[in-house]
Amino acid sequence: MAAVTNHNNKPYEPLEYSTEEGSLRIFGFWLFLAADMVLFACLFATYLMYIHHTAGGPSSKELFEVKDFMIETVDLLVSSFTCGLATLEMRRGNKKATIAWLIVTLILGLVFIGFEVKEFTGMVQEGATLQTSAFLTSFFILVGTHGCHVSIGILWMLCIIAQLATRGINAQTARKVFIIGLYWHFLDVIWIFLFTAVYLTGLVL
Amino acid sequence: MENIKHFLGNFFVTGEPMIYMADVAIVLVSLGIIFVLTYFKKWKWLWKEWLTTVDAKKIGIMYIIAALLMLFRGGVDALLMRTQLALPNLHFLDSQHYNEIFTTHGTIMILFMAMPFIIGLFNIAVPLQIGARDVAFPFLNAVSFWLFFAGAMLFNLSFVIGGSPDAGWTSYTPLAGKELDPGVGENYYLLGLQIAGIGTLATGVNFFTTIIKMRAPGMSLMKMPMFTWSVLVTSVIIMFAFPVLTVALAMLTIDRLFDAHFFTVAAGGQPMQWANLFWIWGHPEVYIVILPAFGVFSEVIATFSRKKLFGYHAMVFSMVAISVLGFITWVHHFFTMGAGPGVNSFFSLSTMLIAIPTGVKVFNWLFTLNKGKIQFTTAMLWALAFIPNFLIGGLTGVMLAVAPADYQYHNSYFLISHFHYVLIGGTVFAAFAGLTYWWPKMFGHILNERLGKWAFWVFMISFNVCFLPMYLVGLLGMTRRMYTYPAGLGWTSLNLIETIGAFGMGLGFIIMVYNIYWSARYGERDTTGDPWDGRTLEWATTSPAPEYNFAHIPTIQQVDDFYYMKKEGRQKEISKAPYKPIHMPNNSGVPIIMAVFFFIGGFGLVFEWIWMGILGGIGVLACMLYRSFETHDHHYIPVDEIERTEREAGRFS
Ligand code: HEM
Ligand SMILES: [Cu+2]
Repeated sequence: MAAVTNHNNKPYEPLEYSTEEGSLRIFGFWLFLAADMVLFACLFATYLMYIHHTAGGPSSKELFEVKDFMIETVDLLVSSFTCGLATLEMRRGNKKATIAWLIVTLILGLVFIGFEVKEFTGMVQEGATLQTSAFLTSFFILVGTHGCHVSIGILWMLCIIAQLATRGINAQTARKVFIIGLYWHFLDVIWIFLFTAVYLTGLVL
Repeated sequence: MENIKHFLGNFFVTGEPMIYMADVAIVLVSLGIIFVLTYFKKWKWLWKEWLTTVDAKKIGIMYIIAALLMLFRGGVDALLMRTQLALPNLHFLDSQHYNEIFTTHGTIMILFMAMPFIIGLFNIAVPLQIGARDVAFPFLNAVSFWLFFAGAMLFNLSFVIGGSPDAGWTSYTPLAGKELDPGVGENYYLLGLQIAGIGTLATGVNFFTTIIKMRAPGMSLMKMPMFTWSVLVTSVIIMFAFPVLTVALAMLTIDRLFDAHFFTVAAGGQPMQWANLFWIWGHPEVYIVILPAFGVFSEVIATFSRKKLFGYHAMVFSMVAISVLGFITWVHHFFTMGAGPGVNSFFSLSTMLIAIPTGVKVFNWLFTLNKGKIQFTTAMLWALAFIPNFLIGGLTGVMLAVAPADYQYHNSYFLISHFHYVLIGGTVFAAFAGLTYWWPKMFGHILNERLGKWAFWVFMISFNVCFLPMYLVGLLGMTRRMYTYPAGLGWTSLNLIETIGAFGMGLGFIIMVYNIYWSARYGERDTTGDPWDGRTLEWATTSPAPEYNFAHIPTIQQVDDFYYMKKEGRQKEISKAPYKPIHMPNNSGVPIIMAVFFFIGGFGLVFEWIWMGILGGIGVLACMLYRSFETHDHHYIPVDEIERTEREAGRFS
């Protein structure tokens, strides 16, 4: 909640921080990300414990496709870049460009989800399912949780694009663009860990 | 027809006279509530003033009402268990029923009684203590409350629909896995806790932001009231511990609903992983419920010793130390599960280390009392009784931390007594102390001191009658979670005494509830807003506080500044005209509706009706969507309304 006055409305402050409400929410979102990080940490720990517990089922070496997860990685990294560009344009007050970059980000996100779905269905067709082994249970849930986050991010971004289009850039929409940006970069960071701990490690170990 | 009959026979819990009685009671009470609300035309009032409120003060009251109800439910469970154990070879409860009851008792007491009680106190005291108008995210605060409430209701539904969970409040795998525990009971546990847990996580974020960002001007961190400090530290623990619970519960849910293998040995899973995750959350959880209790006692002891709290800095640093150490002790809950001597030694030591900061706190309270002008009010009695009782619990805790010795105590009544001494002697005493202390601030009248003291003595003595013998019976070899025992082991008389004590605690609770009723009707009204001659800002405003808390936000100069404000006559500035319009958040029906969808989705998943789970999920998303597009979520309280409120309170100047 914002109090009566807005005593920290200093001229050099970016728009998204310009109201007390805005800066509170951004702060709160950082905290949420910290908590989300703990959530992922538990899933990572469990996955790494179970990495060899294949119970006679397929192992990571047999399942992971280098080409697919490389595309996913590049795609997501680029989307993080375009999302950053959206925030930049938002700060310049450039509504059209902000929306455009958000749409690009969103499409890259969809492509990512597309590849992930392809990867998962491929595995299931080969008989590697959630029910096969502890290794696969933890794999699907870890990677799937990240995928769920990305999907929610896409829906959320759609809402924000709609609000930008109808309301333009103001303190409220600027805050939303900034926060979705934080979220999106966070998912990228998680992906880097996934890329290393799951995919690269899975090919070596 | 046969199918439907079969389905209903499984859906509703049948064959237990006590449960039929509960069914009848639930229906009658629900009809009664509906009738009263309709007869007095109170539906609209209920919706506008309470169900849709985003005011922390009201949310706090709702938390506490819910917690008292859950204390009653958990207490009835406790009395049923104690009745069954009063004498050897009783058949009051059968083994299955006993399993269900200790499970629901433990789960409800910790997650649906202790947690909401202390979170209720957060809501009531923290914004006022730091001179804020509300919490940082009032809407989210309402969501937190309603998620807790939906989770609690879902969990409580289990005993009439589908059957209660029965694998203990720790829900250890493989016992709680699908193979050994088919049916819906454990699903209730998993989903009820999941829903409530998400709400709690949001509470952590909310109060951390509130305290860091919304303190009155001049109130640096080291000038905050000690209760606020305890809430700040607790919020950090919540933010780092609750995601672990979320993950653990989700994993077991996925195992049970979708035949996955996080915890099934045959496919490579490890049951121990549950114990680890559960206690990585579970041990910090006990600090989540005890640190705010420490905070309450710090306030109460300082106020009624008429002295500044001794060792402010040491109090803060010891809490921070406890919160850090609290994350590295979890293995002490399963020393006997076969970790090597190295691991056990580490966790043994880390556990004992916590005794140091805790001891520091105890000495600080004692030094605060030292040479104080002590007033023996009810709240103070709870605080004074806390010190020796908690000490007994704490010292036996250090005994349990000695890993080799724990092989003797583990899972015996010695342990049961230990954790009840800390949970009741610590958290529950603090809840009662806080309730009595802040009651005038919540409702504008004082709880009767005479009845309050009766309740205190009856409850506190009975508590010791009930739980001291448990140490002995534990050392004599009685293990926890046993539903009956043979005669001739030397346990009989001790058990009988325990049961008498348990009913005495029940009596104490009844006196307390009667006191609430009596004081609401006849109790002394608090017209000053400062009935205890308090030291912190919550006493600077009227009782109950107006919606906007303070007409002007005061500027703070030191610790316990209100005490000095009163000396210097500065406190009048808080309500001095002229006023400015005050920005406040609007009420919203979205949180409760969202919680209803969570409930629907959760109920569906309990019965593994995936379609219903999805339906609930869509409802939740729709609520979020609605909220995302909302723009007018606040209003201004106009100056003349503030003027009217202040005039009515006799504070206008
Ligand atoms: C009226 C006061 C209470 C009485 C008489 C009481 C009694 C008992 C008894 C008899 C047991 C079961 C022992 C067994 O068979 O293993 C038990 C378990 C437990 N109690 Fe209480 N209790 C009381 C209050 C509380 C409170 C206030 C809390 C928490 C804040 C609490 C938390 C627990 C927990 C966590 C368990 C373990 C459940 C399990 O084994 O899964 N109790 N209590
Ligand atoms: Cu512990």
